[in-house]
Amino acid sequence: MTPLVEMLDISIAFGGVKAVDNVSVDLHAGEVVGLLGHNGAGKSTLIKILSGAYPKDSGEIRINGEAVEIHNPRDARALNIETIYQTLALADNLDAASNLFLGRELTTAFGFVDDDAMEAETRKIMGRLNPNFQKFKDPVKALSGGQRQSVAIARAVYFNAKILIMDEPTAALGPQETKMVAELIGELKKQGIGIFLISHDIHDVMDLCDRVSVMKNGQLVGTEKVEDVTDDEILAMIILGKRPERT
Amino acid sequence: MTDAADTGAAAPKRRSLIDTLELDTRLLGMIGAFIILCVTFDLVTDGRFLTPRNIFNLTIQTVSVAIMATGMVFVIVCRHIDLSVGALLATCSASMAMIQTSILPQYFGMELGGPMIWVIAAASGIVVGGLIGALQGWLVGYLTIPAFIVTLGGLLIWRNVGWYMTDGQTIGPLDPTFMMFGGTNGTLGAGASWAIGALAAAFCVYAIWQGRRRKQKHGFTVKPLWAEFALGLIAVGAIMGFVAILNSYEVPTRRLARMFAARGEEMPEGYTEAYGLPISVLLLIIVAIVMTIIAQRTRLGRYIFATGGNPDAADLSGVNTRLLTVKIFALVGVLCAISAVVASARLINHSNDIGTLDELRVIAAAVIGGTALSGGIGTIYGAILGALVMQSLQSGMAMVGVDAPLQNIVVGLVLVVAVLIDIIYRRRTGDA
Ligand SMILES: Nc1ncnc2c1ncn2[C@@H]1O[C@H](COP(=O)(O)OP(=O)(O)OP(=O)(O)O)[C@@H](O)[C@H]1O
Ligand SMILES: [Mg+2]
Repeated sequence: MTPLVEMLDISIAFGGVKAVDNVSVDLHAGEVVGLLGHNGAGKSTLIKILSGAYPKDSGEIRINGEAVEIHNPRDARALNIETIYQTLALADNLDAASNLFLGRELTTAFGFVDDDAMEAETRKIMGRLNPNFQKFKDPVKALSGGQRQSVAIARAVYFNAKILIMDEPTAALGPQETKMVAELIGELKKQGIGIFLISHDIHDVMDLCDRVSVMKNGQLVGTEKVEDVTDDEILAMIILGKRPERT
Repeated sequence: MTDAADTGAAAPKRRSLIDTLELDTRLLGMIGAFIILCVTFDLVTDGRFLTPRNIFNLTIQTVSVAIMATGMVFVIVCRHIDLSVGALLATCSASMAMIQTSILPQYFGMELGGPMIWVIAAASGIVVGGLIGALQGWLVGYLTIPAFIVTLGGLLIWRNVGWYMTDGQTIGPLDPTFMMFGGTNGTLGAGASWAIGALAAAFCVYAIWQGRRRKQKHGFTVKPLWAEFALGLIAVGAIMGFVAILNSYEVPTRRLARMFAARGEEMPEGYTEAYGLPISVLLLIIVAIVMTIIAQRTRLGRYIFATGGNPDAADLSGVNTRLLTVKIFALVGVLCAISAVVASARLINHSNDIGTLDELRVIAAAVIGGTALSGGIGTIYGAILGALVMQSLQSGMAMVGVDAPLQNIVVGLVLVVAVLIDIIYRRRTGDA
């Protein structure tokens, strides 16, 4: 079966630093692939190439087996790639609805942005993701870290993504909200969406993911099926860059 | 559903009048300060400040700066600055003056006073302004030269390009129809002013009603009916009051007699005529409405504010922030051209120093009006009110007889204090 996403021999350097060095990962429909690695390993940089935030220096990206060029975030969105950035990428001065629909505003028949319709939609999706969320009128800078993260998650899942990138989506969330995101991931998986999940929580990853790819110093250590490895073996991959020995 | 402890949404408590009316406290503060300013000047000048005549003059003097200030709001909201607006106004004014006084008459045989001259001149000016603005925007957006530098260069370049176009000469008199955009020479008279006022009032009421219906359709909570009525009443009162004031300023008898004489008629005994709404003020109102719609109801406006709030977020959300920069500066260029029409028509000719120091007045108006230099925050009505405050200060002090140097000192102080108050206000309300 052709993978949904293939990133082949991807490299990018900032100045002299090789942030991502010849990394290849892939993702199938209905699959969750975890990206693990120490701080600065290059995880965010790798997925930002897929989401159009950074131009790659070399390598190839294929979607459903077809080579694609992703020059900017608009290209990525057009390919149904949605991203929850580690930095959340919210405009602090705008309210939740304006952020959720930023770049894809709902408009009236005359082409004007329809704030009321957007707020109504935002209330619907937030009702599912974070029922406690009530601050629809405030600029998002008035929200807590977790509330902001909920807005970023809502934005990524609202637009029928086929490929979802989640860069530490639950870092700021409370236990209840984290559980809801876990449930959401399961649900999206069933709908056949492919998900890249970056997280530092190994238990999360082992519970939610089908496979994990581990990076160290910009390079890929290896990709393993979660049922084939133990937590300790994963830790060894992250810390020592050592692949588990196979008999 | 409304779990107060968890969400921070306060339990239904008694709400103040301002809350119920959903009024913008910042706007109220600014209007309050403006009223205090006007009343003070009126007391000090023994009632000469708040006469229909002075109010009429104040409004027409404010128009040119206010029009540009609406555009400056977008520039500053987007974390840029435009120091070239005064110089750009001069270049646009020079182009329009040359087109109507020499190019059209010489090469196209159109005489001054012809019906099409003002249209062609104004349209060319707008094209010139838009293109220069777009060029500056391109330098800022695509070549990533800081806007401060690009427009500082622009300030020197465009003022002197204007000089070369006219050989440093004062060009005039301009086309009579064109000059109707200047203020006193083009007013609508009492009848048409009332009609426009009534139309505007009706539209306000309609907009309030529509807004309420839209909210109800989505099942949102709406203001109590009496609050909507109160707001409608305030809006209608303000509009009609403004028209009434302008309509009570009558054209001096001598001037009327001259107008009749020019038509070869005898002026009837006891004939009076009101100036009414100046066309230039109507132009400002139209610009204000269009710019407010752009800011609040269009994608362009949404992207301007998003980019000002977080440029990276806007980029990652698919906003083409470079092209956006070009659009903003082009828009400012167009507004400079419109201001150039008003300013040169008011002076009845183009002179080299037209618009000198306007860049500072325009930036000050936007900033006094609450536009934050850190980006992401600003309103069109605020900038216009800011322009009005600046002009009132200047005229009021001149009327009181304050020395010119002291006038500037006061204006400078007011600018700094206004921003300080704004910072304190934002800290208090928590949207710093
Ligand atoms: N825009 C940039 N300019 C220069 N260097 C960068 C840039 N973005 C990332 N880097 C560098 O690239 C390397 C990889 O960074 P990246 O953000 O991808 O790490 P990460 O694996 O996501 O780490 P974390 O777990 O801390 O989020 C780091 O050394 C970082 O300093
Ligand atoms: Mg990261």
